[in-house]
Amino acid sequence: MDFTLDKKHEMARSLFREFAQNEVKPLAQEIDEEERFPRETFDKLAKYGFMGITAPREYGGQGCDELTYVLCLEEIAKVCGTTAVALSAHTSLCIDPIMTFGTEEQKKKYIPKLAKGEWLGAFGLTEPGAGTDAQGQQTKAVLDGDEWVLNGSKCFITNGKEADVYIIIAVTGTIEKRGRTQKEISAFIVEKGTPGFTFGTKEKKMGIRGSATYELIFQDCRIPKENLLGAKGKGFGIAMHTLDGGRIGIATQALGLAEGALDLTVAYTKERKQFGRSIAQFQNTQFQLANLKTKCDAAQLLVYKAACAKDAAGFSPASTYSVEAAEAKLFAAEAAMDVTTKCVQLHGGYGYIREYDVERMMRDAKITEIYEGTAEVMRMVISANLLK
Amino acid sequence: MKIIVCIKQVPDTAGGVKFKPDGTLDRAAMLAIMNPDDKAGLEAALRIKDETGAEVTVLTMGLPKAADVLREAIAMGADKGVLLTDRKLGGADTWATSSTIAAGIRKLGDYDLIITGRQAIDGDTAQVGPQIAEHLGIPVISYAQAIKVNEAEKTVEVERQFDDRYHVLKAKMPCLITALSELNPPRYMTPAGIWDAVDAEITTYNRDDLTTLKDEDCGLAGSPTKIAKASDKVRKGAGTLFKDIDADAGAAVICEELVKRHYI
Amino acid sequence: MSLEDYKGVFIYAQQVDNHIDNIAFELLGKAKDLAKPLNTQVTAVLIGYQVGGLTDELAEYGADRVIVVDDPELKDYRTEPYAHALASVIEEYKPEIMLVGATAIGRDLGPTVSARVHTGLTADCTSLDIGDFPLQAKPGQEQKHNQLLMTRPAFGGNTIATIACPDNRPQMSTVRPGVMEKITPVKGAKAEVINYNPGFTPNDRYVTIEKVVKKVSETVDIQKAKILVSGGRGVGSPENFQILRDLANVLGGEVSCSRAVVDNGWAPKDLQVGQTGKTVRPNIYFAIGISGAIQHVAGMEESDLIIAINKDESAPIFDVADIGIVGDLNKIVPKLTADIKAELAKKA
Repeated sequence: MDFTLDKKHEMARSLFREFAQNEVKPLAQEIDEEERFPRETFDKLAKYGFMGITAPREYGGQGCDELTYVLCLEEIAKVCGTTAVALSAHTSLCIDPIMTFGTEEQKKKYIPKLAKGEWLGAFGLTEPGAGTDAQGQQTKAVLDGDEWVLNGSKCFITNGKEADVYIIIAVTGTIEKRGRTQKEISAFIVEKGTPGFTFGTKEKKMGIRGSATYELIFQDCRIPKENLLGAKGKGFGIAMHTLDGGRIGIATQALGLAEGALDLTVAYTKERKQFGRSIAQFQNTQFQLANLKTKCDAAQLLVYKAACAKDAAGFSPASTYSVEAAEAKLFAAEAAMDVTTKCVQLHGGYGYIREYDVERMMRDAKITEIYEGTAEVMRMVISANLLK
Repeated sequence: MKIIVCIKQVPDTAGGVKFKPDGTLDRAAMLAIMNPDDKAGLEAALRIKDETGAEVTVLTMGLPKAADVLREAIAMGADKGVLLTDRKLGGADTWATSSTIAAGIRKLGDYDLIITGRQAIDGDTAQVGPQIAEHLGIPVISYAQAIKVNEAEKTVEVERQFDDRYHVLKAKMPCLITALSELNPPRYMTPAGIWDAVDAEITTYNRDDLTTLKDEDCGLAGSPTKIAKASDKVRKGAGTLFKDIDADAGAAVICEELVKRHYI
Repeated sequence: MSLEDYKGVFIYAQQVDNHIDNIAFELLGKAKDLAKPLNTQVTAVLIGYQVGGLTDELAEYGADRVIVVDDPELKDYRTEPYAHALASVIEEYKPEIMLVGATAIGRDLGPTVSARVHTGLTADCTSLDIGDFPLQAKPGQEQKHNQLLMTRPAFGGNTIATIACPDNRPQMSTVRPGVMEKITPVKGAKAEVINYNPGFTPNDRYVTIEKVVKKVSETVDIQKAKILVSGGRGVGSPENFQILRDLANVLGGEVSCSRAVVDNGWAPKDLQVGQTGKTVRPNIYFAIGISGAIQHVAGMEESDLIIAINKDESAPIFDVADIGIVGDLNKIVPKLTADIKAELAKKA
């Protein structure tokens, strides 16, 4: 067991760090303030292949592994939580399910454009009445000749309106399971611009304010029959499998936020003087920093472990890393909230001022405990596996 | 067309220079990076490659770990890396360095264009590029701020910067161009490029592979200049820092100083 | 032939458009100093086309002798014919010391010529002396006397090395402009003038000049300014440089800038201070919104009084500043300009 990164990953990390510092960090405060999607950053991410890190080369991707992708998200999240989640949703929630469940035609049609960043991806599962309870889906898809007709709406969709390709989960009928009638759920690929597919309100959020969070509205939206992703009726499994991967992305976002806040706080405590000494010279500060650093490192180990577990699985429909992903997300998200809150505290009054990045990082961190499965759902996944 | 880009691994001074407690430079504590002017030269070569499909070979001389900058260059888009490394080549001044690199280039064979950075941030001499050209007997254009290749004519057109003007120069290829870091902002590596670069084979030449290099032209012995004394500069101490004062008070502090020193 | 056959201190008298560059006079000033202990004379090498009329000026600044290479091929600076001219002079007249300015021309010509005549070249020297090498006698090594000891900063000005060239001749160095002192010109001084033409046959190494584009800016020489108000990235925009110009105007100074400003296209390159720009040593240097990267500091740290204004108190510029103010330059600079105006009005 070797806990050091090999040469490829070490070089990749230095690349991502340099990119994040030069290209992402300068915009972080501005896009938060203006609640603006950082389109110019995504043009650059596209140019250097960062939007298709895990996609195979034969589909226009970089052909690198999950750990490389995680390193990219981590370095970006250290300086901007918004950019990290948008990239995570694109990669984990759109490229990944098409690679895993798509037909050869679907892969050929969508992956190269997504991996090269010509298109941005998104994923729509949540509805006003179906959050943690995904069975509560109301959006319906009905086959009419050669087309599926979608009706309903999705809410809180990351990359909404900005994205070109959406994975949409919808009810396609009912099935009898152990004598009970259940919804039959399927997954679809829907392109922006399809008639009947529009966007509702843009959400105003506490954090990740540059991320575009929209309601998606389907009114007699007709998509070709071949846009069914995976088999009819397999949509719930596809959604859950996709979220297993997505959680690694969110865990990484949380990890990066915690590490970024800690880096700033270490520097701040060395500079800030009170009572004639830098506050880093006080033992309370030192002990706090030690706790925060330990939390960050523990989160990092869980995140990297989950990434390696996903690598081992490849783009396989079998879910073999649900628990690792849930543990990583649970721990990293709670660590991010704890670390960023304490970093604000160590900054004192300045930490509450928007000019200081830790203020934004604390707001950004909160969502990591909620989206793509709340901390409570993570506990359910982990304990269900323990008690099975 | 074939382009050779000469690059150097240097300690990074951008994040501030690190000193040991005794006041001497702490080279080990500074990150080793690709010299910025060389990176701009590589970018210029890669743009020519983007346009014409030219083959770009990067060459460096240094310790075995200098292969890192070759891999970085390959991850940015260069095709091949060549490392000149040997204890016998160590301690070289610019004469011996340029003789050695010229021998490495002769060993590589044909080329149309050689690009070097104007100068390295550690030595700051700006000599090695022109001296390589002299050893190879080819034209040199230094301080290039824009490069245009005409493959059919086998010529390059270059904007050459001077203090108060620039010349548009046309040279026959093969020739050598030294690049300013203002030339082109360098591209980033790509993740796929990194994966390929780590697996790429680096051609390594040692002293004996450089058959056109004479012993009296390389290494410490082949260096006409000798160091008589080297010392880390004693830096002027910091003066007075005023913080937590408002703009009016800050301006007043400066104004008083100017009065005190009779500038106003 | 032996090293002792090389005699005299030579300088390359750089001219552009038939105007002798200031660096030539600075080199002559230094060459006179070096020639004294060597008991030899100072020769200026003047290369160009129709430059014969410039020899008296070189004499007034201290040249005992001027070697003129005059040829139509030498109308504008090009590496090859100029290198051929200077290398031929060196081979013919065998100087002991050859000094070249570390200018955009000299840093091209110097390395090419040194490689051609097979000698060492020390770049960008800030101090030149005659002395022994090694500095202290070492057993088993001959200590040579009357060597040129060339001192230069390296590593962005963080280290200093003294270099000798004991076994090759000439001892060559490029010298940083603005460092050596020229002498007060001696009116009416005359030098021995030698016309020498090694012959110029264009070959593949002659590049052609397609176009000469002079920058049409009312260029100020920041190296001559006594007071410099220098702006960095922190100034924020080219328009905002106006507040720096206002400050410079009340003090009778000039505006200069850091490399970031040139890279952003906010100011022309000839206003750039630093390792890749110009070295300045004014009486007062204002560093405004300049973080103080080592490359910048190397070009200004010899200034008598350094005043830095930056909002980031950890900016390295404060390590070299005599007075550092942490604060908003947009407020401090206009206030300072107003204060100085008021102070001047009081005295008037």
